[in-house]
Parts: sequence; structure tokens; C-alpha cells
Amino acid sequence: MSQRTARPVGLKFTNIEKRFGKLYALRRLNMEISPGECVALTGRNGSGKTTLLRVASRLTRPTRGEVTFAGLNGGEEPAIGYVSHAVMLYDELTAKENLLLFARLLGIAEPEKRAQSLLESTSLASRADSLVRTFSRGMKQRLAIARALLQEPGLLLLDEPGTGLDTESTMWLVNTVRCLRDEGRTIVTCVHGESALSQLATRAARLDAGMLVADTRGGATFQNIFATVEA
Amino acid sequence: MRLFSNTAVLLQKELQAEFRSHELLTTASVFILIVIVLFSVTFDPTRTESQQFGPGLLWLAFLFSASLMLQPCFLKERNNDTLSALRLVVNDPFAIFLAKLCANTIFLLTTELLLLLVFGVFYNVAVLSVFPQLALVFFWGSLGISTTGTALSAISSQARMREVLLPLLLMPLLVPVLIPSAEATKALFDTEHALRWDWLGILIAFDVVFLTALWLFGEYLLEE
Repeated sequence: MSQRTARPVGLKFTNIEKRFGKLYALRRLNMEISPGECVALTGRNGSGKTTLLRVASRLTRPTRGEVTFAGLNGGEEPAIGYVSHAVMLYDELTAKENLLLFARLLGIAEPEKRAQSLLESTSLASRADSLVRTFSRGMKQRLAIARALLQEPGLLLLDEPGTGLDTESTMWLVNTVRCLRDEGRTIVTCVHGESALSQLATRAARLDAGMLVADTRGGATFQNIFATVEA
Repeated sequence: MRLFSNTAVLLQKELQAEFRSHELLTTASVFILIVIVLFSVTFDPTRTESQQFGPGLLWLAFLFSASLMLQPCFLKERNNDTLSALRLVVNDPFAIFLAKLCANTIFLLTTELLLLLVFGVFYNVAVLSVFPQLALVFFWGSLGISTTGTALSAISSQARMREVLLPLLLMPLLVPVLIPSAEATKALFDTEHALRWDWLGILIAFDVVFLTALWLFGEYLLEE
């Protein structure tokens, strides 16, 4: 049986193509992400960012091409934390029950302790026993991020994680991502234009109509990538 | 084993959510109750007629209530894309199916056994004397309905006409479950109260075949 590892992993997309009927979401995409890199993925709406993250998380199978993970030993699976547009939480369960459910499914030792510590770090401890359906969008988003961090993932895929967050929560998110980046975890995050989150990135890539049109690791081009999207 | 521990965790979640909302149990119970009462009042059957037509009526009511119960099974996982969250953390996707079909069988069986007593009163059929045998038939019948229904619920939840698709696919596929279930129930309602192992055998065979198919191909039903 495969074992999940929290060790940072690299990602390699080889000739990825994803079609939904006649529509191409990704076209001949080649990209290699080294372990520990923090990549900001940008592009207009419908450019294929979300599809790329879903392909990376293996939730969506590419029509053509393959995704491989680097830095894994035989029989190991990457521990992937994924925050998507949808919060991926059960409305009919409480915040604590949601975290406990996923912690138990992941086989985390002392799930109660882990859930409690994440509830505290997301400032949701006082609402631990409230049903998620009573939460605001921002609170749900914080809990969704806590869910993604449950297994201390080696690869973190964040799809516009700042959605619905107020200034204070955005600061918390930026600090959390900074800590994870500094710990050497691999992070791929979708962003719209330049933001506090995009500034944490060590590499920026831009998608357009499913194709990788720009990819840089710093310098003037780095800022240009975000500027082009905003224009 | 990880499959069974994951199934147990997910089953607990399904039961917790249902016993908090009572959505499925209430809907199914009310539906079956209406069918039982309505037919009893309209036809006013004699004891012999009840023994003859009762099993068919019961299983038809169970089938329609099951289709109501099974519809939201995977549909509710689409609301917040929780199915993706489960697929990310569960090693074997069969655990998701196993938990759901266990929960559906429990809900269906609970409703059936409770309303069997109401049926006994309204149709003047002795159900208590053969209750254990009936429970056995109902269990294998419900398992067949749940196994097929859970698989079809996963398929239909991704389709465009999802509300219509499930009953449309479910009813013809469940004919091999309904006929043996109704026949085995009828034999138990008869004066001899015989447990027909031939019909029960067909039911068990159907359940084993569908469970195996779900175990082998279930993963593909969850893919986008």
C-alpha cells in the first residue's frame, strides 16, 4: 500500500492536454516545478489555471500527457493540500467535525489535537462546534485552508485562496503561505494580478487559452507577468 | 485495513448527517406510509388478497421511496465539491461507495421494517411470526437496491438531466431484485410461511455480482 509523504515534492507536466468536449482547457503544456518552489500562476478567467491545478492534484485525468512527481521514494504518494474555488466542506457538520473527518480519513495520529490546533491558528476555535452552514464565506475559506493543511502537505495547490477573505484573514493567509514556503514546501497558487500572495512567489507563470505563455524566476519579467494580466 | 477504517469514518459521517437532518428517513417513511394507507383504504383487500398482492405493493413502494432516498446520495457531495475532497484523502475510492451503500441500506432497511408493522395492521397480515425471515429477505433486497442505486446515483449526479436519469436507469435494472424479493416475501406471507431459498439465492447472487462490479469499476464512476 502506498504511503503519503509530507516531504516537498516536485511536479512535472509533460505535454498536458485537457479537452472538455471540443473545448481545450489545456494545450501541450510542459512545465517542471522543483521541490520547494513557490509558483504564482496567473492568467485571465478561463485560461486553464484551475484545470491545471486539478490535473496536478490528480482529481482530473488529462486527455493527453502525464503528470509526474519528483522526490518520492518507491511506493510513496505525495501529500497534497488543495484549496479550490468550492470550499470542500460539509455544511451539515460543524467546523471541528469537518476537520476530524478528514484527519481520520488521512490516518493522522491524534486527530483531535491536530484539528484543535488548526482551529486555533485559523481563529475559529470559538466556532468549533458551529455548523459550517452558519459560517460566512471568509470563515469557510479559512476552514478550507485548515483542511488543506491537515496532513502538513509537501505540495500545496491553492486556487485563488484569498477569495472572500477580509484584510485580517488575508494577512493570516499570506503569513501562513510565507511560513510554508520558508519550510521548503512546494506551493502552486493561482492569483489574479499582483497581490501580497503573488509577492511571496519565487516563480511566476502565465497561462493564456490553456497554453503556458510566460514563465520566469524573478527580474523585470516577473512583475510584467502580473501587469499583463491586469492590463 | 485502511479500506474498512475509511469506510467506518465515512459511514459515521453519513449517519451523523442524516440523524441530524432526518431528511431521507422522513421522506421515505412518509412516502411508503401514504402508499400503504391509500391502497388499503381504496381497495379494502381481504386477507387472501393482501397475501397475494401485498408483497408486490410493498416492494413497489420500497423501490419508489429508494429512488427518492438515493437521488441526493452523490448530488449533495457536489454542493461544495466535497467529493473531490474525499477523493484526495481516501486511498481506495471504493470506501466512498461502501460507506454510502451501507448508509443507504441502513436507512432503507430501517424504514422498511418500521413500515412493515403498519402494513401488517392495515392489510391484516401476520408479519410478527415471520419477522426474522422477512428481515433477511428485506436485507438482501435492500442491499441490492442500495448497491445498484448508489452506483447509478454517482453516474447520474454528473449528468445534465440528473433528476430524471436516476429513476429511469434504476427501475429496469432493479427488476432482478424486485421479482425475487416480492416472491420471497409472498412465500412468507402465505399460510405455510416458507422461506424460499431459491429466490433468496438469486437475490444474493445479484448483490454479489453488483458489489464486485462496483469494487472493480467504481473508481471510474467518480472521475470527472
